[in-house]
Amino acid sequence: MGAMRVVPVGERACLVEVRDAVAAASLAVWARSAGLAADDIVPAAATVLFDGVDPADVAAALPGWTAGSAAPPGPVVRVPVTYDGPDLERVAEHWRCQVGDVVDLHTSTEFTALFCGFAPGFSYLAGLPADRTVPRLATPRSRVAPGSVALADGWCGIYPTASPGGWLVIGTTDAPLWDADRETPALLPPGTRVRFEAC
Amino acid sequence: MSVEVLDPGPLSTLQDLGRPGWAHLGVARAGALDRGAAALARRLVGGAVDDAVVETTLGGIVLRTGRAATLAVTGAACEVRVDGHAVGHGTPVTVPAGAVVIIGPARTGVRSYVAFAGGIAAEPVLGSRATDTLAWVGPPRLAAGQVLALGRPGQWPEPPAAVVVRPREPVMRLRPGPRADWLAEGAWAALDGTRYAVAPDSDRIGLRLDGPRVERRAGELPSEGMVIGAVQLPPSGQPVVFLADHPPTGGYPVVALVADDDLDLCAQLRPGDRVVLRTG
Repeated sequence: MGAMRVVPVGERACLVEVRDAVAAASLAVWARSAGLAADDIVPAAATVLFDGVDPADVAAALPGWTAGSAAPPGPVVRVPVTYDGPDLERVAEHWRCQVGDVVDLHTSTEFTALFCGFAPGFSYLAGLPADRTVPRLATPRSRVAPGSVALADGWCGIYPTASPGGWLVIGTTDAPLWDADRETPALLPPGTRVRFEAC
Repeated sequence: MSVEVLDPGPLSTLQDLGRPGWAHLGVARAGALDRGAAALARRLVGGAVDDAVVETTLGGIVLRTGRAATLAVTGAACEVRVDGHAVGHGTPVTVPAGAVVIIGPARTGVRSYVAFAGGIAAEPVLGSRATDTLAWVGPPRLAAGQVLALGRPGQWPEPPAAVVVRPREPVMRLRPGPRADWLAEGAWAALDGTRYAVAPDSDRIGLRLDGPRVERRAGELPSEGMVIGAVQLPPSGQPVVFLADHPPTGGYPVVALVADDDLDLCAQLRPGDRVVLRTG
């Protein structure tokens, strides 16, 4: 399971440090299925936060999890995209390829939602090859339209609502990313596999 | 049973205990910022622990009752008037039908709480009637003309015989945070007894402190989960205390945690107020 460290966050919460976001997502899914009682279990880039727990209970339960026993693959959600984003050319420049190649790579990649953050329903989607990273804009836009499909570092994300943002926007979708009235409010909760389709 | 909002003031919202359990989808917990004051208001009207209450911000609120109602105002000290007559703060008040209730601007502190016998019957969102001002999950902020439905009071309130609210010393006790090792040598000890001013851009998301720069290691962490009371230290060296509407994840190191008992104090510190940090 690699180096795993429990870092107390006061007396009623702790962070468990793991190798990467894939391991964090796996640990969070496992902890939920194992019935570990917590107010919130929050996977992120290389940690899982357990809030509302006795850190000792978490430490005692952890040996039941191994990073190798990956969570079963989640459902596949297909997201239709119009590839008309203002930063498509910029991404192509970073990747030293044509705009069409950017679209081809994006639509042929199976992404996995690893964690949410930033805004309700905003999922960090992993799956791009390690050499296909892009930097954020030096100056973030003050408004990114809802449904914007965007890239930053090695991540892909979709803005559920209008917000400021520095990710490179490659397209738009009208997929309903967040609806508090749905049983599962987020369209792409952690563990979901995502396929983008050009339309 | 209803009450109409005549003037919501600068920012008035409904708050209960908040909505834990959704942080992994990016949803802030929300809930009353001064939990003790909100709990006292509910208690004074015989309410349930999770009843929604109105939380005001600095400027108070003006309401008009539909039928007769029993209410209590707690939290930030303010004048309370019913049809022009001054009534008590921190005590149950029964108000006739059609009365105009003025909860005045905060004399000290920031947030006053108004609880009604029977509670406020707003539609819960993800299990809670709290308004999250980060992403506006939950009921929208209160607006003029809005009518709030009240529940039926269960039993006649039996308020405490006496309520003593002691003034809080503006002292914030800190515990080491999960990333205290990001602090420069000696920086933790230097915090003890240091005085900070509350910055003007403080809100329900975070209390921003303005004062001596706290030295730390350079760089950023990969984003990680955040708790209420987390003291984030951005590269500027000016600490930010995360409050109820904080984003569920963040990338600045959490070098300290505000003692749970002092979070209610954070809710009532206003821009320009001074606060002393204690690390003992």
